[in-house]
Amino acid sequence: MVCIVDYGVGNLFSLKCSFEAVGQETVITSDAEVIANAERLVLPGVGAFGDAAQKLRDSGLDKVVTEYARTGKPLLGICLGMQLLFDKSYEYGEHDGLGLIPGSIVPFKGRVHEGLKIPQMGWNRLNINGGKSPVFKYINDGDFVYFVHSYFAETESKYVAAYTDYGMDVTAAAHNKNVYGCQFHPEKSGKVGLAILKAFCEL
Amino acid sequence: MLTKRIIPCLDVRDGRVVKGVNFDGLRDVSSPIELAEFYSDSGADELVFYDITASYENRALFTDILCETAKKVFIPLTVGGGINTVADFERVLSCGADKVSVNSGAIKNPALIGEAAKKYGDQCVVLSVDAKRVDGKYRVFARGGREDTGLDALEWIKRGVDSGAGEIVLNSIDTDGVKRGFDTEMLEAVTSIVNVPVIASGGAGCIQDFVDLFRKVPDVDAGLAASVFHFGEVDIKELKRELDKNGINVRLNKEKLL
Repeated sequence: MVCIVDYGVGNLFSLKCSFEAVGQETVITSDAEVIANAERLVLPGVGAFGDAAQKLRDSGLDKVVTEYARTGKPLLGICLGMQLLFDKSYEYGEHDGLGLIPGSIVPFKGRVHEGLKIPQMGWNRLNINGGKSPVFKYINDGDFVYFVHSYFAETESKYVAAYTDYGMDVTAAAHNKNVYGCQFHPEKSGKVGLAILKAFCEL
Repeated sequence: MLTKRIIPCLDVRDGRVVKGVNFDGLRDVSSPIELAEFYSDSGADELVFYDITASYENRALFTDILCETAKKVFIPLTVGGGINTVADFERVLSCGADKVSVNSGAIKNPALIGEAAKKYGDQCVVLSVDAKRVDGKYRVFARGGREDTGLDALEWIKRGVDSGAGEIVLNSIDTDGVKRGFDTEMLEAVTSIVNVPVIASGGAGCIQDFVDLFRKVPDVDAGLAASVFHFGEVDIKELKRELDKNGINVRLNKEKLL
């Protein structure tokens, strides 16, 4: 069973449908006990980093998620949920994340080529970095996934499972032991996205 | 780098897909859920569902269809039609929509763009504009192209983006339904003034029209069409192969993965 953390940001209906489409029973919850006892956990998120991090702390779920990660069970952060896994973000100020993957979240603005649109919105290729992450076992280098983001993770190459090319190498997927993150939306990335979710469910 | 997107638009009335030619003479085409699945399997990069009954009736039927679609189709879904309030955003987002397109609702109440962007993020707010040449300028039309608002299209679009619209759908009434190509002149004018994605709509009649669109206006991000796809005049798989052959960066579909 997959447990999706509900901490009051964004809509989780499509995400739930996508796990169900790969045959997983899925629960959306803010219940600390259910989260702590989950077999595998998904941290979603849309919107601004500061607001989301605050909501996670206000609900006390930040500690529940970090405790969960310490048990070694699989955790997947998606989009802003992935960004929250890092140490900190510089989106409108400076905010602390969960510190489960070393690195920080920085804006495209001022870093990418001037002619490129911000956010990066659309389909781009995954360029697998280093040894293939187990969540990519059903997909290939160069497969397309769907991105919508204005900030990205700056981290050491060893924590990057895949880059994407947006005028520069941009972290598309990250990992640190049992903690995984996708900057793109696997639930909106067609068959490739579903194949990634399926692989996550087999960890 | 990002690929150019191909987006079929499904106009939905009474639970069925319809498409008007020059906004008149609607013809029943198919089931929205089946058609959405078919397009997704064919390699469509995104879908637009346009609720053309929203202001009158059958809202619940439309949202039921959205939910059913979200269970089967895993590509981005934009919903438009009858979006007048932030509550309308919530209604469709909770049923699986990723982006919400505003048109007449934003003309009546321009503050809607900013309010929705603040609550759901810029990326969620699509400003859809029906524009037509009047006295040598591009003019915004409302109510499905029937009413001249007097607004200058370029000024309106600029204002929309400044208020928080994260994407523009530009529908040229001059080329819509004529099937002789997109309005590259109007699109060029829009892409030169904004730095958010611009989706071209109105005028696609054949594959070559899409090739011309992306060649002539390289800053356009996507091509949207309805009837050419619904009636099988343009097959999306073939369209993407042709774009690829012409050196235009597109996502070629994975036939089998799981």
